[in-house]
Amino acid sequence: MLLGAILGIWLLGWLLFEGVATLPLGRATLTGFQTRLNELRDSFDAARDSNVFLDVVVGGIRDALDAFVVGAQDLLSQAAFPRPVPQVGWLGVVALFAWVTYALAGVRSTILVVLSLLSFGVLGYWSESIDLLIVTFTAVLIAVLVGIPLGIAMSRSRTVTAVATPVLDVMQTMPSFAYLLPLVLLFSIGPSAAVVATLIYALPPVVRITAHGLRTVAASTIEATTSMGSTRTQLLRKVQLPMAKRTIIVGVNQTIMAALSMATIAALIDGPGLGEPVIQALQTLDIGTAFVSGLCIVIMAIMLDRATTAASQRAESERRATRDPRRRRIALGAGAVLAAVAVYLSRSYLWAADPSRLPDLGRPLADVAGTATDWFTDTFSAVTGAIKDGFTYALLNPFQSLLADSPWWLVAAVLLAVAFVLGGWRPTVTTAVCLAVIFGVGLWQDTMVTLTMTLVATVMVMLLAVVFGVWMGRSKRADTAFRPLLDAGQTIPPFVYLVPALALFGTSRFTAIVAAIVYAAPVAIKLVADGIRGVSPTTVEAATSAGSSTIQVISKVQLPMARNALVLAANQGLLYVLSMVVIGGLVGGGALGYTVVSGFSQAQLFGKGLAAGIAIVALGIMLDRITQHAAARSGRR
Amino acid sequence: MSTQAPPAATVPGQDEVSARIARLDEARRNPLLHVEGLWKVFGTKSDRIIGTPDADLPRRELMAKTGCVVAVKDVSFDVAPGEVFVVMGLSGSGKSTLVRCLTRLIEPSAGQVTVAGQDITSATDAQLRELRRKHVAMVFQHFGLLPHRRVIDNVAYGLEIRGDGKAERRERAQEMVDLVGLSGNEDSYPDQLSGGMQQRVGLARALAVDPSVLLFDEPFSALDPLIRRDMQNEVIRLHHEVGKTMVFITHDLQEALKLGDRILIMRDGAMVQVGRPDEVVGAPADDYVRDFVSEVPRSHVLTLRWVMRDPRPGESLEGPVMGPDTVVKNAAHKVLASVHPARVVSGDRLLGVVDREDILRVIVAEESP
Amino acid sequence: MARLAALMAAGSLLVSACGGGDIEEAAGPSEGGEECGDFDIAINPWVGYEASAHVVGYVAATELGCNVEYKSLKEEVAWQGFGSGEVDVVIENWGHEDLKAKYIDEQGTAQDAGPNGNVGVIGWFLPPWMVEEYPDITEWENLNTYAELFRTSESGDKGQLLDGDPSFVTNDEALVENLDLNFTVVYAGSEPALIQAFRAAEENREPLIGYFYAPQWFLAEVPLVKVNLPPYEEGCDADPETVACDYPEYILDKIVATDFAESGSPAYDLVASFEWTNDDQNLVAKYIAEDGMDPEDAAQQWVEDNPDVVAGWLG
Repeated sequence: MLLGAILGIWLLGWLLFEGVATLPLGRATLTGFQTRLNELRDSFDAARDSNVFLDVVVGGIRDALDAFVVGAQDLLSQAAFPRPVPQVGWLGVVALFAWVTYALAGVRSTILVVLSLLSFGVLGYWSESIDLLIVTFTAVLIAVLVGIPLGIAMSRSRTVTAVATPVLDVMQTMPSFAYLLPLVLLFSIGPSAAVVATLIYALPPVVRITAHGLRTVAASTIEATTSMGSTRTQLLRKVQLPMAKRTIIVGVNQTIMAALSMATIAALIDGPGLGEPVIQALQTLDIGTAFVSGLCIVIMAIMLDRATTAASQRAESERRATRDPRRRRIALGAGAVLAAVAVYLSRSYLWAADPSRLPDLGRPLADVAGTATDWFTDTFSAVTGAIKDGFTYALLNPFQSLLADSPWWLVAAVLLAVAFVLGGWRPTVTTAVCLAVIFGVGLWQDTMVTLTMTLVATVMVMLLAVVFGVWMGRSKRADTAFRPLLDAGQTIPPFVYLVPALALFGTSRFTAIVAAIVYAAPVAIKLVADGIRGVSPTTVEAATSAGSSTIQVISKVQLPMARNALVLAANQGLLYVLSMVVIGGLVGGGALGYTVVSGFSQAQLFGKGLAAGIAIVALGIMLDRITQHAAARSGRR
Repeated sequence: MSTQAPPAATVPGQDEVSARIARLDEARRNPLLHVEGLWKVFGTKSDRIIGTPDADLPRRELMAKTGCVVAVKDVSFDVAPGEVFVVMGLSGSGKSTLVRCLTRLIEPSAGQVTVAGQDITSATDAQLRELRRKHVAMVFQHFGLLPHRRVIDNVAYGLEIRGDGKAERRERAQEMVDLVGLSGNEDSYPDQLSGGMQQRVGLARALAVDPSVLLFDEPFSALDPLIRRDMQNEVIRLHHEVGKTMVFITHDLQEALKLGDRILIMRDGAMVQVGRPDEVVGAPADDYVRDFVSEVPRSHVLTLRWVMRDPRPGESLEGPVMGPDTVVKNAAHKVLASVHPARVVSGDRLLGVVDREDILRVIVAEESP
Repeated sequence: MARLAALMAAGSLLVSACGGGDIEEAAGPSEGGEECGDFDIAINPWVGYEASAHVVGYVAATELGCNVEYKSLKEEVAWQGFGSGEVDVVIENWGHEDLKAKYIDEQGTAQDAGPNGNVGVIGWFLPPWMVEEYPDITEWENLNTYAELFRTSESGDKGQLLDGDPSFVTNDEALVENLDLNFTVVYAGSEPALIQAFRAAEENREPLIGYFYAPQWFLAEVPLVKVNLPPYEEGCDADPETVACDYPEYILDKIVATDFAESGSPAYDLVASFEWTNDDQNLVAKYIAEDGMDPEDAAQQWVEDNPDVVAGWLG
C-alpha cells in the first residue's frame, strides 16, 4: 500500500522534473574528489621508495610472498633453471596430491583429484593449472591463519564484530578492478599482489562462517560446561571449536572457492595461473581456447569443492571409525612409497616430467567448442537480438529513465522511503549514508544506471530461482541434472562466456544483465532448492492429503514456508549481480562498471575508477542492509 | 492416576523416616545452601524495580510499564546437608532462573547465596570457577553433552578442566560410568545413546567431580514417562549411595512429591509454600497450591500425623504402634487388619490413634473427589 | 602427525637423490644468459603488441641467449613495473603523454627508446558493406543524414557511436557534441566487444559506426573504412571540452626501464634498433589471431622469413 503511494509520487515527480538535476558526468570529466584521489596516488607512488613502512614492512611481505610462490612454482609447475622442467614433474605432483587427498579425504576424492590433475595435463594447461593452485592455496593458507582467529574474536566481542563487519562488506563488494591498481602500487605486479588481491576477496567467508559457527554452538552445552567451571579458553578449545569444526570447514571451503575465482582475475596484474590464457584468448575472440582453459578452472573448482567437503565429512566419521586403524596406516605407508617412487621417476625421466608429452586433447576440444559456439550464435542471434530489443524497450529503458532521469533528490527520497517502509529506521540511516557517499564521489547518474541494471537482473535471477529452485527442490533427478551446470555457472570465469554472449545479444546493457544472471542465478537457485527441500514433509503430506493440487502445494505451502530461503536468495542474488557490474561494463553495460575498468586502464582516470568502486560498495551495502532488515521483519511477523 | 511403589530397598522404615526428618530439621540450622532475599529482574534499568511498589505489580502490567520481567522475587530458603530440596512450578514460574542464580550462571539482581559458608554473590571469577569445579555440579534438561567426545571423556570433562591427571580422571570417570549403569558404553558417542542414557551421562559427569551440592534443572522432562520413572528411581538410589545434597527443579508434582524431602512451590517468581510433601498436600498454603495437589492420591503422601485423632474416651489402646511419619498407604494394611485402632507414637509419647474409618476416609476421598 | 612428517622427510630424501634419467642430460649448461640475463617484456593486451613483443623476444632468446619473460599487463600497470624492476620494455607505446611525464620526466624510472616503425591511427570506422552501399558516408558532414540507420536499443532516438576498450583515450563525447552530430556514444567496454560488433555488422549487413584503430589484426579479417573527421592540427585537441578534430597519428615508440637501458644488456641494443612496418605487424598478428598459431611460433616464422630485417636489428 505504502509502496504503491511512493511509486505514485515518484511517477508524478518524474513526469514533472524529467531530466532536471540528474547529476550526469562526462566520460573524461573529473570531479574534485576524483582528482584528489589521483594526486594521492601520485604522492604515494613518489613516496614508495623513501617511506620506511612501505619499504620495510610492505616490501618484506612482498618479498616473502614472491619467494614463497616462486619457490613453489620451481618445485611443482615451472622450469627450475637450469632444469627444463620443475623439480617435481607431473607424475610426481599427481602422486603427491593423490596421497595427501587419500590421507585427508578418502578414496573417492583421490580418484577425482587424479583424474582432474591429469585432465589439466591432457588439456594442455598443466603449469597454468598448478600455478593457479599455488596462488589459491597460498592465499587460502593466509586466510585461514588470519581468518579463524578473527572469526573467534568476532564471536566473542561485539566491538570487534561492529568494527570488522563493514570492513568485510567492503572487501566482498568492492570490485576487484578498483583495488588491483592500489595493490600494484603497494606490492608491484606479480605473484605477491595476486596473492594479496586473492586474500582480500577470499578472507571474509572464513571469518564470517567461523564467527557464525562459534556463535551457534548449542547454548545448552555452553551453559553446561560453564556450570562446571570452564574458563573462557577451555570453553573455546574444548567445546566451541570442536563443535563448530564442520561449520568452519564449510567456511574454508567457501574461501577456497572465492580464492579460485579471484586468483583467475589476478592474471590482470600478472598473477600466475589459468586466468592468463583465458584473457589472452579473449583478445582474439578465440572462444575455443577460452572454453578449454575455462573448463580447467571449472574442473579445479569442482575438485577442490568435493575434496574439501569429503575431508570435512571424513574428519567427522574417522573419529568414530571402528575399523582397524592399522590397515589404514599400512595403506598410507604404501601410498607414501608409491608417491616417492613417482616423484623419483618424475625427477629423472622426461616422460614423467614434461606434461606436453601427454596426448593433447585441448586443441581438438577447443576447435569443437569454437565451431559449436559459432553455429549456435549464427543460428540464434536473430532471435536473441529480438529478445534483447523487446526487453530493453519495454522494461529496461522506462525503468532506467525513472531512476536516472529523475532529479537526484527525488530518487534519494524514494530510496529512503522504501528503506524505511521495508526495513525500519536502521537501514534508512545506512541508506542515507550510502547515498551521501554516492553523491560525494560525484557519480550519481552512473550509479542510478547501474542500480537499474542490478535491480532488473535481480528480478530475473529470482524468477529463475523460483522456477528451477522449486523444480530441483521437488525432484531429486532435476537436482542431479542441474547441479553440475550451476557449479559451472558459478565458477567459470565470465571472460569465457562474454564472447558468445556478445555474439548473441550485441554490446548492450542487456548483455551485461545476461552475464550477471549466469553468475548469480546458480546461488539463488541452490538456496531456493535447499529451502524447498527443507519444508517439512509432514506439512506437504498434510496438504496433499487435503486434496491440494501440485500448484497449490507449491504456491500455498512450499513457497511460503521457504520464505526465509527466498529472501536469502534475493539478498545473495543481489550481491552476486552487483559483483558482476564490472564484467557488465566490458560488454556494453557502461555506467559504473565501465568507469571502474577505465580507471584501471588509464592513468588519468584512476581516481574516477576508484570513486566508481566506492560507489558500487555503497550501493552494495545499501541494498544488502535493506533486504536483510526487510527479511528480518517479514520473519518476525 | 497411580504411582508406582519405589523399589523395596528405598522404602524407609517408619522410624528411619521420622529420624531423617528430625535430623534434617536439626541440620538446617547450619545449612549447606543458604538463600536469602534473592531477586532476578530481566530488562534494562531492572535495578530500579526492587524495593518499589512496582515489584508487586502483576507481570503483564510491569512489562507494559517498565519493560522489565521479575523472574525471581524475594526468594529465601535453606537446604540442609544431605537434603533433597525440590523447587516446583509451572513454566515461567522462575524456577530455572532461580537455580541458575545459585551458581551465577545468571547474575542475580539482589540477595545472597551462600554455599558451605562461602558467599557466592560476592565471589570473584576465580572463586566462582573453583566453586563450580569442586562444590556444585549441575544436570540439565537438554543434557548439554559434548557431541564430539565419547561418553567416558564427557564424564571426565569436569576433572579435565580442573587439571586432574589423565589416569586419575579416567579411573574416576569409569567408576561413575559404572555407578550410573552405563558400563560398556564408555566409547560410544552421545548421539548413539537414547535420551535416558544420555541423561545418565549427564548425571555421571556431575557426580564425577564429587560435588557437595547437585543441581538438577528439570533433568527428566525431555524423557519418555517410563524412562523418567527409571531415572527418578536412579536418583533415589544414588542419593542413598552417595548421599549428596540436591536441589531439584521440576514442573511435575508427582516427581516433586516422590523425590523431595521438602518442596518449594513457586508462582510468577515468588515463593508460595515451602514444606514437606505431606505438608504441601495436607495443608496447602492457598487455592493455587490446593488446586495443584487436588489430584494427588493423598494416601500415598499423607502421613498418620495428618489423619490421627485423640483417642476417644474408652477406646482400646492395644492396637499396633506406628510412627507419625508413616505414609497412610503403608499403614493401611496393618490398621485395617487390626480390630483395635493403631497407636501413633513418637518415642514414648502417644500422639494419637488411627482406626479403619480414618484410613478409609482418606482412601475413599481420593477415589471420589 | 609426527608420522606424516617422518614420511614427508623420507620422501624429500628420495627427491633430493639425483636420478640417472634423461632430465639430467637435458638440463645441461645454460645457453648463455651470462651476457644477457633476464629480459622482461610487458605484454599489453592487444594482439599487434603481442606480435612485436614475441618477435623481439624470440630474437633475444635465440640470438642473444636471454632468459625472456613475458608479462601480461595493462599499460599503466606495465609502466609501474619499470620502477620495481619487473618490466624492462614496453615495445609498442601509444602516446601516453601523461605516463611519459610521470615516469620519464618526474620519476626517471623509464626512458624513450625511439619509434618502433609502426604508425597508429585512431578514428571512427565503418564496415566495408556500408561504404559500398552509401559511398558518401565516409565524410563526417554526412553522418547526420544517416543517423537514423544507427539507432539501437542502447542509443534511444539518436544514432549509436560505439566506443571501445576502456584502455583507450577517447574524445568521442566531445566530438559528437562539438560537431553537432545527432549521435550518442555507447560504450562497448572492451576490445572483444568492439570486434564482435564489427564482425557481426559485416556478416549480417547491419549498420554500425565505432571507434577503432590500426594496426590491428582484425583489419586483416574485415578491412574497416575510416571516416574522415575534420583533419588534425597541432593543438586542436588541447582542450578536451572543445575538441572538434580527428585524432592525431601516433608514432608508436618503445619505452624501456632506465635501469635496463643502463645495464649494458645486449637486449637493450636489440630493443633500441628494433623497427618494422604496420604490414609486418599485421602479418604476425594475423598468424596469431586468425591462424591460431602460438605467438612464439608466429614470431619464429616471421624471423625465418625476414632474415635481413633481423640482421639489421642485431647490427
